[in-house]
Amino acid sequence: MSDDHDHHDGNDDHELRVSKIRDGTVIDHVRGGQALNVLAILGIDGTNGEEVSVGMNVPSNRFARKDIVKVEGRELSQDEVDVLSLIAPDATINIVRDYDVVEKHRVERPDVVEGVLSCPNAGCITTGDEPVTSRFTVLEDGVRCSYCETIVREEIASLIET
Amino acid sequence: MRHDHLITSKQLSRPDIETVLDRAAEIDADPSAVADRHANTLLGLLFFEPSTRTKMSFETAMKRLGGDVVDMGSVESSSVKKGETLADTVRVIEGYTDALVLRHPKQGAATMASEFVDVPLLNAGDGAGHHPTQTMLDLYTIRENAGLDDLTIGIMGDLKYGRTVHSLAHALTNFETQQHFISPESLQLPREVVYDLHQRQDGTGIKEHESLEGVLPSLDVLYVTRIQRERFPDENEYQKVAGEYQIDAETLEAASDDLTVMHPLPRVDEIAPEIDDTDYAAYFDQAHNGVPVRMALLDLLLSDDRGIRGETDE
Repeated sequence: MSDDHDHHDGNDDHELRVSKIRDGTVIDHVRGGQALNVLAILGIDGTNGEEVSVGMNVPSNRFARKDIVKVEGRELSQDEVDVLSLIAPDATINIVRDYDVVEKHRVERPDVVEGVLSCPNAGCITTGDEPVTSRFTVLEDGVRCSYCETIVREEIASLIET
Repeated sequence: MRHDHLITSKQLSRPDIETVLDRAAEIDADPSAVADRHANTLLGLLFFEPSTRTKMSFETAMKRLGGDVVDMGSVESSSVKKGETLADTVRVIEGYTDALVLRHPKQGAATMASEFVDVPLLNAGDGAGHHPTQTMLDLYTIRENAGLDDLTIGIMGDLKYGRTVHSLAHALTNFETQQHFISPESLQLPREVVYDLHQRQDGTGIKEHESLEGVLPSLDVLYVTRIQRERFPDENEYQKVAGEYQIDAETLEAASDDLTVMHPLPRVDEIAPEIDDTDYAAYFDQAHNGVPVRMALLDLLLSDDRGIRGETDE
């Protein structure tokens, strides 16, 4: 596993554009342009006072350009990390405590995601007023609604419930 | 595995299907043997869309098993009109009845409803999704007329929106069948259904065509569905397309003498009335088979050892 969190990275010069955090989560190696979708998936919109730093399209060793998201005071749960895999399959998650990375892991694709994506099929029962949580099974190349069985392969981020 | 509800035909294995069809054949041979089998049993009918055959055959089936039905009636006259959710409606009616039959315009409605109830729930059609009880009677009819293995079947018409087609195509992958799908390009099978069919088969058993002509001579069964006017932007376009997917005596001159012609009904002009009295026509028998097949499904789901479960299943 490469070790290029901003404390140790050879790209420090670039990543210093995004401030270090004391306690929280750094989501690194997000595909360029997907940072705001990462925040949307995590339900972070700034209204709850979270301290969030976002770097978009910064140069990276692994990709030509990557995004990086830092959230102060929040450690991501495994469920949240799983869901991130849908739009940021190469992301690394760094849990930071007192300025040190104490945990570092890659995202893994879950079998099912619940309550995160909304079905794009207007004829699906989940799009009405029913008291039902959306549920998608994760395919190799997309996601599939567990209710109406619609398969979505492109622009999965556009399905993120807001 | 045991199935407490019937939501899609995809959930059923070959032994499950054979258990249903065998039970239907027993009941068909001697309906009087089950005349009191489900006395005092009440079936709730929840039809959020119009239905004639499906609803009446469920009602007949329950009564022929000695039970009775309670009917929500039309949506206009029900509390749904006041904005009640489907989840609430099924939870209320569940308390009145021993099993539920649901038809709903939204896809996935039966899947969701089954998560809110403990009594058996049978999907009688969910939007463009599934219609598994129709599939069981279709399979029963195919088995009686042509057999389910070494079968070459043509499925023609509106394959995009036709839920009977989606359910039947899934179920047939349990058997050794060659399926030919014949439709205008704009009404081909949804990619979700094609995806599932390819998951089940290596693809050699599934072919799509725009014309019946080339495949007709090879068919054991031709399953015709209605192409609906509302799927087309204007009347001319509809007439042009629909005309190519209608069959009459002349069309069938190229067919095998043993061909079985089926249709889930209602038909409009897809099958000329002159076919009705020929040996090809099985569509009225098919409709009649709805009763013994639905009796079998209700019997399996309502018996003490309840659930649909194939004999060789775990």
